[in-house]
Amino acid sequence: MQVIKGAMLALVASAASMTTQAQSNELTLCWAAWDPANALVEMSKEFETESGIKMNFEFTPWPNFADRILNELNSGGKLCDLLIGDSQWLGGSAENQHYVKLNEFFDAEGISMDDFAGAAVEAYSTWPKGTPNYWALPAMGDANGWFYRKDWFERADLQAEFKEKTGRDLAAPTTWDELIETSTFFNNREIDGNKVFGSAIFTERASEGITMGATSAMYPYGFKYENTPGSYDMEGAVNSADAIAGLEAYKELYKCCQPPGYTDSYMGEGLDAFKSGQVAMAMNWFAFFPGLVKDENVGGDKIGFFVNPAQNIAGSTLGGQGISVVSYTDNMDGALQYIKWFAKPETQAKWWSLGGYAVHNAVLNDPSFKDSQPFAGDFLTAMNQVKDFWQEPAYAELLAAMQKRLHDYIVADKGTAEEALNLLIEDWTEVFEDEGKL
Amino acid sequence: MAQAKSSILERSADKAAALTPARMSRSIKGLSDRAVAWWFIAPTIILLLAINIFPLIWAVKLSFTNYKANRLNAVVKDVGLRNYERILTDPDIWLAMQATAHFVFWTIFLQTLIGFALAYLIDRKFRGHAFWTTIILIPMMLSPAVVGNFWRFLYQPQIGLFNYIVTFFTGAEPSSFQMLGSVDLAPWAIVIVDTWMWTPYVMLICLAGLRSIPDYIYEAAEVDRASNWRRFWSITLPMALPFIMLAVLFRGIENFKMFDMVTLLTGGGPGSTTEVASITLKREAFEKWRTGYSSAFAIILFVAVFGLANIYVKALNRVKQR
Repeated sequence: MQVIKGAMLALVASAASMTTQAQSNELTLCWAAWDPANALVEMSKEFETESGIKMNFEFTPWPNFADRILNELNSGGKLCDLLIGDSQWLGGSAENQHYVKLNEFFDAEGISMDDFAGAAVEAYSTWPKGTPNYWALPAMGDANGWFYRKDWFERADLQAEFKEKTGRDLAAPTTWDELIETSTFFNNREIDGNKVFGSAIFTERASEGITMGATSAMYPYGFKYENTPGSYDMEGAVNSADAIAGLEAYKELYKCCQPPGYTDSYMGEGLDAFKSGQVAMAMNWFAFFPGLVKDENVGGDKIGFFVNPAQNIAGSTLGGQGISVVSYTDNMDGALQYIKWFAKPETQAKWWSLGGYAVHNAVLNDPSFKDSQPFAGDFLTAMNQVKDFWQEPAYAELLAAMQKRLHDYIVADKGTAEEALNLLIEDWTEVFEDEGKL
Repeated sequence: MAQAKSSILERSADKAAALTPARMSRSIKGLSDRAVAWWFIAPTIILLLAINIFPLIWAVKLSFTNYKANRLNAVVKDVGLRNYERILTDPDIWLAMQATAHFVFWTIFLQTLIGFALAYLIDRKFRGHAFWTTIILIPMMLSPAVVGNFWRFLYQPQIGLFNYIVTFFTGAEPSSFQMLGSVDLAPWAIVIVDTWMWTPYVMLICLAGLRSIPDYIYEAAEVDRASNWRRFWSITLPMALPFIMLAVLFRGIENFKMFDMVTLLTGGGPGSTTEVASITLKREAFEKWRTGYSSAFAIILFVAVFGLANIYVKALNRVKQR
């Protein structure tokens, strides 16, 4: 009897050890489902060979990404060992201890944040903002940029007509005024027998679309979240005359030049409008640009890129993410090993070559970088002028309020820009009061 | 024969008794019929308590706090009636309630009207009526997710069939109006889809009501030389009324908590034009993570639906007793 008991215990112990071993030899990385994620899968094969750790991937479509992953984190789920999460999640994930603080690990492994672009480190890694407390390694630099039908812009007849109408050359817009003017020029025009429209912009209501789009107009006009950073004094900043003008400009662009039915459109819809030849220009994240260059119908010589136009100042809406280790992981060592591998300059160089947006200085400062892709120079410019949404722990409430107020004003024609921004201040004040910050 | 049956039963009972372990047998012997009945229904009651009653009580408790489900480490404070006060004085919440009321009223009105008319026609038992009944029932057999996506394409201003049909009749440019993107049209767009989908359901219930009216009543009316209108007004409608009211109750409760189809069609937009109460509730609970606040809102909605349904059921009972 004792022998049987002993054998059973040994069997159970060996099964348990096999399970642990299996777990420790696997990692699951969570991210959004989009082009760069496919590049990461390809690149991670190298890590698998080097480390012997099997990589699994959990990619969620963008509209559900925040809902799904934040639910997972809030419930202490073990789905993700590594997470490439949005920059706005940093505050909440740091304060709620969903992410592992990486300072000690960076020090021990000789990973220096000085090796990465400063703006990217601040946006994707630090909480509280600007302090040397790192919760992520910058993984995917991104900003909102623009692309246009270069072949249409180069047509002599259109150039002549544009010159006659506006007194300037038909070229990629450099200010929001020019952007609206150029969009209006193309809107409802017949090109190659098809009716085309000015530009496809973000108007999505449910997640973050309209906020990311409208802030691309508001930042260049001078919109700020606070008068003094960290003070939460929003009156006069959020609803400043410049902020109002920026919001009005975005609405003007929406009203004049969107394809019909684009009242709830985000990344996918914008890309569809451009790829199907419906629009002359479109805004979208740089992450999609490598795919657009390769597009058979509108890519190659037919497409051009430009950085988000300036107005009073230069400004681009920040996208992109850092890679974090989820504190609930059962494979902490493996996850940290992946971060170490990802931080290597050679891995970062490969990341850029495959279509990922590396922000390692070794990649960005390489003399050949600017010419490596038709949009590389614009990406560098954009990353030097990025501005991000609140990264507060209460970011979800702050974002939901802005989505509502902007959609009400821009798409549903409710009230004026000033009223929308005043209401936004009321909403945000309530959130910060609940947070005990006001 | 009866004796044989009873002896078989007795033998089976004896066999079962013999197979019951002695310990269990002793404990069962000590139980009354009532106690045995309780043992049988106990699992169901426990399940109900666990998945219905406990969450309800928990939600009531949370509704008096500032609890946020995404802040597991934060201190939960008792805020008294503050959440309720905020909800009842929030103009945005009242706008959502208005959107809900508009949706519920018009869908029920149209579904009852068209559903009853269709049932009345089908009840005539014309040639091929069974085939047409099946055809009419198809929309309600589809998933709301399918219906939502399907109609989203139909309403697309550039390629959607709906706009082209309107163009055919009115001559207006197809892309000159947007059913889902217009503040004026979007509330009606979702009413049209819900009516298309659920009218067959109302029709079915009404049809059951019409078929339950005994023929002899109509025969008596015919003997009395009552006109068609008189027969409809004095016999058909009053006798089918409890069924119609039941259909209204079912659709009312369903549409008060409508979420899936509106989310797929408009997502509550443009702006907040079609943001019905359940979408607001979802946004508060799972986008803003204001768990305490959203619990209070859920309780208010629950009380409203429960209260209205109770009043309605009493009215329904009075109609049935007439």
